[in-house]
Amino acid sequence: MRFRTQSSPHVIPAHSVGGVMRQVLMALVPGTLAMTWFFGWGVLVNVLLGVLFAVAFEAAMVAARKRPVMATLADNSAIVTGWLFALAIPPLAPFWVTLIGIAFAIIVAKHLYGGLGYNPFNPAMVGYVVVLVSFPREMALWPAATTLPESPLTLWQSLQTVLTGSLPGAQEWDAVTRATPLDAMREGLVSGRTVGEITASPLFGTFTETGWEWVGNFFLLGGLYLLFRRIIHWHIPVAVILGVAIPAGFFWLLDPDSFASPAFHVFSGAVIIGAFFIATDPVSASTTPLGRILYGAGIGVLIFVIRTWGGYPDAVAFAVLLMNMVAPTLDHLTRPRVFGRTRGGPPPGDGHA
Amino acid sequence: MQLHRFHGGLKLADETEASTAEPVLVMGVPAKLTVPLGQHIGEATEACVQVGDHVTKGQRIGQSKGYIAAHVHAPTSGKVVDIDLYPVPHPSGLNAPCVVIEPDGRDEWGDARMEPWLDWDTRDLRALRQRLRAGGIVGLGGAAFPTAVKLNPRAGQRIHTLVVNGAECEPYISADDMLLRTAPEAVFEGIRITARLLGVERVLFAVEDNMPEAMRALTETLPTELRDLIELVSVPSIYPTGGERQLIKVLTGQEVPSGGLPADLGMVCHNPGTFKAICDTVIQGRPLLSRIVTVTGPGVKHPRNVEALLGTPFADVIEAAGGYAEGVDRLVMGGPMMGFAVHDDSIPVIKATNCLLATRPQDTPSPGPVMPCIRCAECAAVCPAQLLPQQLYWQAKAKDFDAIQDYGLFDCIECGCCAYVCPSNIPLVQYYRYAKNEIWAREKERQKSDIARERYEFRQERIEREEREKAERLAKKKAALKNKESDGDKQAAIQAALERAQKKKAARAEGSAKDSDQASGPETNTGEEASTTDNTRDGDDR
Repeated sequence: MRFRTQSSPHVIPAHSVGGVMRQVLMALVPGTLAMTWFFGWGVLVNVLLGVLFAVAFEAAMVAARKRPVMATLADNSAIVTGWLFALAIPPLAPFWVTLIGIAFAIIVAKHLYGGLGYNPFNPAMVGYVVVLVSFPREMALWPAATTLPESPLTLWQSLQTVLTGSLPGAQEWDAVTRATPLDAMREGLVSGRTVGEITASPLFGTFTETGWEWVGNFFLLGGLYLLFRRIIHWHIPVAVILGVAIPAGFFWLLDPDSFASPAFHVFSGAVIIGAFFIATDPVSASTTPLGRILYGAGIGVLIFVIRTWGGYPDAVAFAVLLMNMVAPTLDHLTRPRVFGRTRGGPPPGDGHA
Repeated sequence: MQLHRFHGGLKLADETEASTAEPVLVMGVPAKLTVPLGQHIGEATEACVQVGDHVTKGQRIGQSKGYIAAHVHAPTSGKVVDIDLYPVPHPSGLNAPCVVIEPDGRDEWGDARMEPWLDWDTRDLRALRQRLRAGGIVGLGGAAFPTAVKLNPRAGQRIHTLVVNGAECEPYISADDMLLRTAPEAVFEGIRITARLLGVERVLFAVEDNMPEAMRALTETLPTELRDLIELVSVPSIYPTGGERQLIKVLTGQEVPSGGLPADLGMVCHNPGTFKAICDTVIQGRPLLSRIVTVTGPGVKHPRNVEALLGTPFADVIEAAGGYAEGVDRLVMGGPMMGFAVHDDSIPVIKATNCLLATRPQDTPSPGPVMPCIRCAECAAVCPAQLLPQQLYWQAKAKDFDAIQDYGLFDCIECGCCAYVCPSNIPLVQYYRYAKNEIWAREKERQKSDIARERYEFRQERIEREEREKAERLAKKKAALKNKESDGDKQAAIQAALERAQKKKAARAEGSAKDSDQASGPETNTGEEASTTDNTRDGDDR
């Protein structure tokens, strides 16, 4: 009897790229729902648009590169990029912000470098930085954190706002939007107020604004799920969070009036989602255990530095992109000791020849 | 006993329940035996019978030529009907020299049968080693490294620990399990012989914790006088604990040095089946003629273990397990992680055939299309050699053979953990095999060209030297002619100077000739090749 042959292992494969990405998407759900609850329907509208654009650009680029379109889309990586991008931008940002950002992410940052697996930079963050530095006005359209029933815009109105770029009816932008906690902190400190005075506002919860705190908690939940399912490892998220919290804590202890607390830093803005979902993008991160710790810590410290002394209120995207640059070097310098060798010892004599 | 952990590895389902339900079936003599001459790792074996010869059971039919080699014997009596190339178990479906025997049905031992040595412990060690060599024993865990070589440590190397590798390394395989359940006494005898040969102080007998029956059989039959020597150790069944380097780490916490052998730590590691073969050969005078094969997988009707004569076609072995199940489409020799799929089932059982695994499409679906590596590094997390498989993959793809060796390509044991967890379905181990073969090929090529270059340089130098000497002779002649005309004092001074120069040159020429002689010396040294096989193949029972 004749048989077909195939190389080992002869088992059902344990994982697939599409499956890994699907787990990431599932883990994004609780945080996304929490964001929608606190920041309105615009969040969901943006996520849908982001995913739609990302998949469309991915399909077009894959077709242009003459690769199998359906098989490539099945890796779900474009959906993850589109979704993460949409969570990063303000919920009421007009659709063309998403379009331009995603176009950069998928076309330039991903496919011009060779597609999935070959991109040195995190595509969603490249797209985000492009729109952040290009359209500062639109990128400041964060609504006040309320709850969905109290939200000033219905689902339909949110859709209209995103598609037309202007608020429906006679509503004023100033009435709908408000500075984020990071903006408030920054502007407050610049104008000479103390941290205590800034956070005395009734909108602040335990660490930061109540809505932001809860969103952070739900993304944390999703992140823990990924850890539990071993989709990601602890090194990067822990290092990012400690990388922010340790320097923040140091300066806070020195001068609690001029520096926000470490908890404020961790739970404001994008640190949690960045630590668990963005910095852990395997393609552009470091791959060795020690390399991952250094990579994450670098991101954390950069976030704190840029937030505190830099020109932008939040800095996750910049920090991630800067560390993307050094990831290959970190990998090279942090190779684990090979079984049977001494650390840093010479390669084996002539084991093979 | 304090156990240790090795990095990575996989927790895999054993899948041995089906094949251990029934006792080992001793198969009869098949209609025809195709006995490959090369059934081991190492140098080739040559046929020492001719077509038409009548052979008796246990008669040597393949004579080993080198040091790292094993003889091959006729598994039964009969007539040699052909000596030619036939398909043999090999990953690339090679044909190789085989002796085809038509059994006469009498299964007779001839006069040349080795006499049983019930008094083996009075024989001297040399004689014991010779007998093991005569028995054609190789490691029966699957790697088929000639056993006699491992039992003959290098001068000055002291072996203090013997490790018995009863850690069935891959899922589905239960050959060792069944052997330990049914013939623990023979295994202990084999250990006793080996321990005496090596002069070891202790024997660590590792059995995986998913083989409780085997452990019970061993505990019950362990002879009292061996209790101080042999320690039975239950080890966790994490794949690939059956790799000797991993097992030694688990048992002792020590790591076999990269590029080295367990002997460097004073240890030697063997599979239980090998000890049984040692016992049979030494005590009964029966060379290695058969082995236990696990016939299993969803592709056979009644999975079980059989004892088959070497040379029995796979098809007969499958038949003994009830035949194929509906829809079978893949037949693997070895386990699911490291075994290789064969083209057809007419090929014979060899000394390395520990398992035949038959599967259907639903058990081993074609992996989806190969996706790009996303650098998730899951492979690095499971790699028991602590390598970075993702980097090795990029380097193999880029043919960066210097970097890939620096990253430890030759520390890779090809266990397949990385390929198993790869979400992108990349056949990683294939890339590493490719890179290894490519590097070996280049190394050979380089050695060849080194020799050629040295020869060329030596020749150039000789020609130059000859020309120089010719020129000097001419100069001397001229000088002599001139000197006749000039006055005596001057002539003497010139003559002396010339002589000094000549001596110097001659000395230099001689020196360089010596140098190039030395340089070309080691290339022809056959000893090097022997150590090659030693170091690169995991010469071991898995």
